Amino acid sequence: MKIAVCVKQVPDAAAPKRLDPQTKRLDRSVEGAINPFDVHAVEEALRIKEGGEGGEVVLVSMGPAKAAESLRKALAMGADRVVLVTDEAAEGSDLLGTAKALAAALAREEPDLVLFGQQSSDSDGAVLWAAVAEKLRRPVISQVAELTLSDGKARGKRQTEFGYDVIEAPLPAVIAVSDAINEPRYPSLKGIMGAKSKPQDTVTSSDLGLSADEIGEAGKRTEVYAVGDPPPRGDSVKIEDDGSAAEKIVDYLSERKLI
Amino acid sequence: MATLVFLEHHEGELQKGSLGALSKASELGGDDVAAVVLGSGVEELAKGAGRFGAGTVFVADDPAFEKPLPQPRVDALAQLVGEQGFDTILFAASVLSADVAAGLAARLDAGLNWDLVDLVSEDGRLVGKRPALGDTVVADVGWTAAPRIALFRSGALEPKETGGEADVRTFDPRLEDFSSAAVMVEQAHEQSTGPSIEDADVIVAGGRGLGGPEKFTLVEELAQALGGAVAATRAVVDSGWYPYSAQVGQTGRSVAPKLYVACGISGAIQHKVGMQSSSTIVAINKDPNAPIFDFADLGVVGDLNEIVPKLTELVRARRGR
Repeated sequence: MKIAVCVKQVPDAAAPKRLDPQTKRLDRSVEGAINPFDVHAVEEALRIKEGGEGGEVVLVSMGPAKAAESLRKALAMGADRVVLVTDEAAEGSDLLGTAKALAAALAREEPDLVLFGQQSSDSDGAVLWAAVAEKLRRPVISQVAELTLSDGKARGKRQTEFGYDVIEAPLPAVIAVSDAINEPRYPSLKGIMGAKSKPQDTVTSSDLGLSADEIGEAGKRTEVYAVGDPPPRGDSVKIEDDGSAAEKIVDYLSERKLI
Repeated sequence: MATLVFLEHHEGELQKGSLGALSKASELGGDDVAAVVLGSGVEELAKGAGRFGAGTVFVADDPAFEKPLPQPRVDALAQLVGEQGFDTILFAASVLSADVAAGLAARLDAGLNWDLVDLVSEDGRLVGKRPALGDTVVADVGWTAAPRIALFRSGALEPKETGGEADVRTFDPRLEDFSSAAVMVEQAHEQSTGPSIEDADVIVAGGRGLGGPEKFTLVEELAQALGGAVAATRAVVDSGWYPYSAQVGQTGRSVAPKLYVACGISGAIQHKVGMQSSSTIVAINKDPNAPIFDFADLGVVGDLNEIVPKLTELVRARRGR
């Protein structure tokens, strides 16, 4: 079984996040790390491979050349190789451009299964898989907390607002996993040492047959006009309980007609 | 501006979030506000959208839409947008709607802005308000071309009933082969005793500071007295104290009730982003330095084991229940 895991480099959680006032894009010059939600997808792919399916786990990513450093953690966990779409023309891609580039890279790999993490920690995006599945014309199951594969089908159990669903789709399929699906392993020392020698291919958008106006700034269908402060909250009150806190809360709520 | 609003429904009811998006479309005006309802046996249900500002409701009544799966819905919406020329399509976030919106964006080669808390018309263009970086900033976002697709944060918009009748028009979507490949093999609904957290005007939430799963009774009793729903933080859901469907935060639901009572919740960013749009936040926590006090309207430093039962009693007495 060939499994492709879509992963993204995000600013490290410890690095201060800021928006570049010029481009209004996230400042990505800070230390990078693999998106923590994607690590669960990597782990799931490795478990499938180790669980008897065998095959290959390929990481597919789009980002600057330096993203390769962050992806090394997933290689150290056990993934086999990386395909990184990196191209100046792809910089500033929005959802649509990213979906096109990833779908093109995935189409070349022809995986049996494509896995995504449940969101990106930097943009809070939680929709990319559905756009990629559409571009690939493959079935999609999102928010999967339990994944089983058998008879050429993927079966995913997921939580929704109302309870849970179990959805089945024939392979090849696109699956986005929730972070409840597993507890990712830590890379072993051997894994870390071995990661450096694993293949890391870089492809450009033109290698993928994409024209420059489909991706990056030129292919954008959305834009950021301005970035400002959130609306302030009203005056806040803080009290210490002296035995009458419950009464005070009730007074506060009734003044505001909340009870 | 010709706007189409995707209306989600569950067990015979149009969902509050999508009605909120419809009210928003109606408020922004434009020459035509339409809604779309996809399902099986939903024509009656669809009529109800008129009261929230839809002039026309397009209905596709087909067993293919019986289960909440996104891909057949992308087919239906893409066809409708193509035939009717809608330039703006609005969705309220949910597990289903997020996938439909993104699939539709890819199908129509259209821009999608997500996690919006508002949509306004400024200088003749539509501008979405999108909190970012853990809600420490708000970005004004827009579209370079039509069709424009907007996905609102759940709980961000309040439905406003304005009265009116909708013209119901049926249509027959053609489905792509791959769209029907995924099938629902099982669906289980949790029995909820109160309103769901996304629809509730009042939410009482519990965090790790409760001390143990049995202490959720305190939270449940207060919620019941206030006529509200119960929510939980990720920490307690991960610990198995409360079901995931109640989880509020980055990896759970976003809510914006009129009143949010946080019991034993520190206010980590993970949780904050899911509830800080609440109109009034009351926090009870024994740690005076808990970050939740930075954004609570009323912060109470004290022992929730003392305060919450007393509060429940007082609310019950006041409301006579």
